Amino acid sequence: MIFDWLIPSLIATLLVLAAIGALRRVNFWRAGQAEKVDMWAGLLAMPKRYLHDLHHVVERDKYMSRTHVATGGGFVLAMVLVILVHLFDIQSRILAWMLLAALGMMFCGALFVFKRRLNPPSRLSKGPWMRLPKSLLTFAITFFVLTLPAAGILPESLSLSNIGLTLVSLVLALLVLLSLGEMLFGMTWGGPMKHAFAGALHLAFHRRPERFGGGRSTGLKPANLGGESHGVAKPEDFKWNQLLGFDACVQCGRCEAMCPAFAAGQPLNPKKLIQDMVVGLAGGTDEKYAGSPYPNVPVGKASGSPQEIITEGLVSADTLWSCTTCRACVEECPMMIEHVDAIVDMRRFLTLEKGDTPNKGAEVLENIIATDNPNGYAPGSRTHWAADQNLAVMKDVKKAEVLFWVSDGAFDMRSQRILRAFVKLLKAANVNVAILGDEERDSGDVARRLGDDATFQSLAKRNLATLAQYKFSTLVTTDPHAFHCLKNEYADFDQAGALKDVEVLHHTTFLNRLIEQGMLQVDRFKGGKVTYHDPCYLGRYNGEYDSPRALLSSLGIEVAEMERSGYRSRCCGGGGGAPITDIPGERRIADMRMEDVAATGAELVAVGCQQCTAMLEGVVEPRPQVRDIAEIMAEHLVEQLVEHTVEGAA
Amino acid sequence: MLPKVLALVSIGRHPQSGRERRAEQDGRAVEMGLCLQERQLMHLSVAHAGNADSSVLRQYAGMGLSKLSVLAQQANEDVLSPLIDYVEAQQASMVLMGVRSEMGQSSGMLPYLLAERLGWPLLPRVAEIQSIEEGVAQVLLALPRGQRRLVSVALPFVATLDNAAKAPRQTAFGPGQRADIEVINTTSIADEVAAQWQFTPAKPRPKRMKVVKAKTAADRFKAATAKPVGGGGKVLKNETVEEKAQAIFDFLLEEKVIR
Repeated sequence: MIFDWLIPSLIATLLVLAAIGALRRVNFWRAGQAEKVDMWAGLLAMPKRYLHDLHHVVERDKYMSRTHVATGGGFVLAMVLVILVHLFDIQSRILAWMLLAALGMMFCGALFVFKRRLNPPSRLSKGPWMRLPKSLLTFAITFFVLTLPAAGILPESLSLSNIGLTLVSLVLALLVLLSLGEMLFGMTWGGPMKHAFAGALHLAFHRRPERFGGGRSTGLKPANLGGESHGVAKPEDFKWNQLLGFDACVQCGRCEAMCPAFAAGQPLNPKKLIQDMVVGLAGGTDEKYAGSPYPNVPVGKASGSPQEIITEGLVSADTLWSCTTCRACVEECPMMIEHVDAIVDMRRFLTLEKGDTPNKGAEVLENIIATDNPNGYAPGSRTHWAADQNLAVMKDVKKAEVLFWVSDGAFDMRSQRILRAFVKLLKAANVNVAILGDEERDSGDVARRLGDDATFQSLAKRNLATLAQYKFSTLVTTDPHAFHCLKNEYADFDQAGALKDVEVLHHTTFLNRLIEQGMLQVDRFKGGKVTYHDPCYLGRYNGEYDSPRALLSSLGIEVAEMERSGYRSRCCGGGGGAPITDIPGERRIADMRMEDVAATGAELVAVGCQQCTAMLEGVVEPRPQVRDIAEIMAEHLVEQLVEHTVEGAA
Repeated sequence: MLPKVLALVSIGRHPQSGRERRAEQDGRAVEMGLCLQERQLMHLSVAHAGNADSSVLRQYAGMGLSKLSVLAQQANEDVLSPLIDYVEAQQASMVLMGVRSEMGQSSGMLPYLLAERLGWPLLPRVAEIQSIEEGVAQVLLALPRGQRRLVSVALPFVATLDNAAKAPRQTAFGPGQRADIEVINTTSIADEVAAQWQFTPAKPRPKRMKVVKAKTAADRFKAATAKPVGGGGKVLKNETVEEKAQAIFDFLLEEKVIR
């Protein structure tokens, strides 16, 4: 019978073609730069990373997670059994029945994929992705029919005429070719199923293995300074596993749905960016891209190759500068792709090699270099805000329990109100605290996000040298950006161990501890409805969602949560140097965030970041008021002066 | 072969932090030189007289220079003669520099002394070089209150850059680090005159009060923007050179510039 050789040889041919495609794809990735990865540990950990960590992200969309478990799980199982049953022709009823079950499961899953594709949301890519559910269904049905004889349900030879049998065979063979072609050939030759092949390897060789198993890895990797070039100019300048990561993209568009710049109509769409990187690593144009474009940028004009400069034809510089580095895309990506790393890598090339940071970027960087603060204020005036605060300065006291990292908010009159409020609370709790005074410098956050890693590293080293001179067990700051740098990014430069045994805390965490220990007492808040805005660099970057809320509840506030809060909080638009590069869009990100706030009916939005405060207060009135949690606490502080004297006397 | 433009750069000083930086006007000189080079009007080379180790030189180089020459000089040496030698050896036909340095004596004399010794005209406070055709440059000079004067000058000349000239482009770290800093050893001539001087911290000079007696907004606007019309000013056109000199001398006495 014609089946006997046609189907197995089809399967074998497609497997060989898939293997050739896989080698070709691997070579694309190998064009990238060397990066040390523990291959075996990664491969061994891959199933767990897939089943646990990746599934955890997919699970946020219950519909899709169940659909994917059924479809993906069913397919993998079915494929293995297809090879056993139909290629190696193992005669086993059990195997055949198992194959039927797997195909049945896959069929059910594929039905839901099909249903979703009937009226797909705009974030999903169309084009070949619209074909995929049909291919999945065809695969399931065709092999189901083909397996029936092996399972003993249908007799081996049907009572059909020879011509009829040949016809059925040919039709089935055609369906096998179409569906298995999609699944196997497409997997390694750039079809929608590529996500399974590249995705599995991406999970195994991920550049930030710390992210798996509930960990967190958000600090940018240091740039190598002093070479022939800096940053990523061409796709081949990425690390090989970054290229692999781009290839893993499944074009689900969850990043696009979360991206504040995309929503604001700025020319950035994280999904398109990753797809452009894929175009870059494989060579070609973006003509076949079938998802949402960068807002107001037509699709089809971009082209690139591994050896061509990305910003000369593939991606416009404005796209790269639109990013606020809020990490919403990374948090949301079910494939755990690192968009922000890639964007900053490319920004490094623009700033360090081309000297082309847009708008106020050059001026800010020059100021940071010459004065250690972005606005070019006299470094000697850094402590003026605290002239009436009677704060100990490290230079005099040499050691303290707590070092208060003031940050550049020291120069800004609005931020100074937050600083004063926090100092008031520290004093009320009798915390042994000191500041660095004029010895403090900008943390380097802005310089780093603008791509100037040379200046960041210089600041980090000088700050660490200052910190190494003094003794303190806790470092606390009101600025989540400085907090992130000090906690997650300085370690790469901390040879002297200045921060080795130091606990770096955000002020909300620190204040919450004081409340829990009963060192601070606050009155009940008597205002109206309050909501809380999670700063990106506190929440997504450092996982601190609870302390600010605990503080608010200690004030008797029941937070009216915004639809996008916690890990899904929408950026205020102030991160990543975005207010400095100021790429035009249709709307302002801060306005959109304030609409989120207003939608809760809150009269007051509590924040934990001076940058968020500045951005949200920049929204025109009438709007809810904006206060840092430290300010709200300080307003409701119960002064305990009398009690202390009594205790002292007793 | 394009004529050569030489931009002379110094180490600047940030007014707030007092730290070394790319000097504002010298950066503009390099920017103008680069623009002339990009317009294929002249070929740019950049030189600094002083310490070759300053990291600020890398900031200048980061504007897109592959090479920067340093005439090795100590702080107490007179840079004039080595600079003259260098300009002549380079066969430059245009020298661009800031009006005055941001550190040291900051007298603003160097361009004048250079021009005098070279026997070239000096164009003070240039805002823009519009064209160079057949060895004649059309140059816009910056005058107070945004006014401009167009002059045409034959090469060679020395020009100082006004702040109105195009701001210097961003400096890029990578090219700056890779640029070749060529150290040229020169004869060192100690500045013996300056060695005799006693330096004291500068005191801010009292500002002349300008009493505006305007009653209407239009008058105030005029007072704020119009060129001050010196009531006591005199225009000497047909007088002899001696009479003109005497008038200037009297004026300087009157203003207590000389006693």
